[in-house]
Amino acid sequence: MTPTQEQEIWMYQNMVTSRFFEEAIEKIYMEGKTPAFNMAKGPIPGEMHLSNGQEPCAVGVCAHLNKDDIVVSTHRPHHVAIAKGVDLKRMTAEIFGKKSGLSGGRGGHMHIFDPNVNFSCSGIIGESMGVAAGAALSRKMQGKPGVAVAYLGEGAANQGAFHEALNLAAVWKLPVVFVIEDNAWGISVAKKASTAVKHNSDRASAYSMPGVHIPDNDPVQVFEKAGEAIERARNGEGPTLIEIETSRLAGHFMGDAEAYRPAGEKEHLAEIDPIPAFKKRLSERYQWTEREDQALREQARETVNAAIKYARDSDYPAPEEALDKVFV
Amino acid sequence: MTQVKEKERKLTIARAMAESIAMEMREDETVFVMGEDIGELGGVFGNTRGLYTEFGAERIKDTPISETAFIGAAVGAASDGMKPVVELMFVDFFGVCFDAIYNMMAKNTYFSGGEVNVPMVLMTSTGGGYSDGGQHSQCLHATFAHLPGMKVVAPSNAYDAKGLMTAAIRDPNPVIFMFHKSLQGMGWLGTEKEAIVHVPEGTYEVPLGKATITREGTDVTIVGITSGVHHGLKAAKELEQQGVSAEVVDLRSLVPLDRETILESVKKTGRLIVVDEDYHSYGMTAEIIASVAEVGVPMKAPPQRVAYPDIPIPFTPVMEQWALPSAEKIVNAFSKIKETEQ
Repeated sequence: MTPTQEQEIWMYQNMVTSRFFEEAIEKIYMEGKTPAFNMAKGPIPGEMHLSNGQEPCAVGVCAHLNKDDIVVSTHRPHHVAIAKGVDLKRMTAEIFGKKSGLSGGRGGHMHIFDPNVNFSCSGIIGESMGVAAGAALSRKMQGKPGVAVAYLGEGAANQGAFHEALNLAAVWKLPVVFVIEDNAWGISVAKKASTAVKHNSDRASAYSMPGVHIPDNDPVQVFEKAGEAIERARNGEGPTLIEIETSRLAGHFMGDAEAYRPAGEKEHLAEIDPIPAFKKRLSERYQWTEREDQALREQARETVNAAIKYARDSDYPAPEEALDKVFV
Repeated sequence: MTQVKEKERKLTIARAMAESIAMEMREDETVFVMGEDIGELGGVFGNTRGLYTEFGAERIKDTPISETAFIGAAVGAASDGMKPVVELMFVDFFGVCFDAIYNMMAKNTYFSGGEVNVPMVLMTSTGGGYSDGGQHSQCLHATFAHLPGMKVVAPSNAYDAKGLMTAAIRDPNPVIFMFHKSLQGMGWLGTEKEAIVHVPEGTYEVPLGKATITREGTDVTIVGITSGVHHGLKAAKELEQQGVSAEVVDLRSLVPLDRETILESVKKTGRLIVVDEDYHSYGMTAEIIASVAEVGVPMKAPPQRVAYPDIPIPFTPVMEQWALPSAEKIVNAFSKIKETEQ
């Protein structure tokens, strides 16, 4: 299952938009946080988990999804949300804690819900999986089309929730795909120090489902493998576990000094940044020109700037609105 | 009189729950049941008996012993247009799956600004008294009631069980349905006969968040939850012999809490005893007494609570029975009230 030129450009554009978005958030996040770093200060308070480097995991999978398909992402959700088509203005306003945000400022960056495109995420490691399995069950029971995708980090593969959900999805043959974004680090603990298997995709065999290992942070490979898994799910052939060896170019969260990284790792990761690599592929394969690239970047930047402006210009909710929306 | 007798249809709480679920399933094809041993077995506590035969394995789904996965799955299904009724066999097992319950089920509506509904029912058994040890006998009412985002109900009889279950299934929010094992009508658990009452055949709702006055009185208010209501009624009978008129309030819903009914009763009686088989400290008893205290209802004496001591539930009957709330303890609590008044 190879992507068309159009699909490749769609993936590239989403990766660029996502990266610009994270770069903009990174900059704004530091407003009010210098010289002394205080997480509570500035226009974007709280923890911030940037997805720089992990864009291939988002676009290669979401390229196969439509808005009726379900995605449940993680505490590091921006790249996936963008690829799934979440309303970027309202998502940004949510990250700023504004009234116009997706939940009116009640959720924040780890709790992005956009029911218009069936996107949600959770800050609890591994909890995306049961929810996605249940949404898949819902589609199966209702005879409605649609697959569910759960994202998780490689650290989540050591949670009980991971094993329970894989087993349940397999025993009920649910139309769900589990996507591990393996960035090799669970905050500061290296995967090799925490995980007994070399490849978490090997664990799929314990649940009689295909386990797919994608060794490179390559959107085209992700597209191909995810396409097969999603097609399997759509055809009623059951779940798949996909493991993508990706890169976390930034820290676990902003403010992370990253002293745990071996010398040279960040420089190496920057060298294998998937975005320049994808651009190179496009120029080699499709004679993608610098002019086309500039136009695409300009458009991505405009999208991001418009979202940031929308968020900045939006009002804060009245404090007592905190009391609403506990129940419907 | 004979005609009334013929119409009377006494059911156990277990039967009433199953009947409500079945009736809702017939009307609404998005309602389905998931849990451990809820299929052919009909539920360890009988509350899904007959459903598997009528609705089949697709809608009455036995699950693996994976509470995190299947409660999480219920959240996902509920958010996608289904109405799952799931069972956590013993409330004590919440330890393995509380993320799915309070971090997902209870919060997703809020995190979505009210855009994502999670219309699901989590039914779970509570209570001890039959020497099942400290991991199969707790009530944990307050543990669930404390956390925002989920409604919590706990019936004391079959009529309320059916009506609360119907209301819970129809509610667009997550509802925890706590049923006490000793009231369930399963002979092997020891059965409180007063929980087996007439249940109308038709469909009806008992509104969530509404307490009921089970027995009217003027001298003391006894507020009870599940088994506590029955202890309260027995105590009221004994107190009657002492010339004391006790009013018994059955809370029925822990969230939302019907403070109004409690306050009205206490305004009338000026005395309050709260009975809860959950642990003594930081529990529903404290919440109810605080709710009365903070509005400044004139009291004739300080309120009393009859609850479980702050200890893990012991196995041996001599210890367990000693620790449980009882009618006798309520009568004693009333004596204490009278002493403070003198």
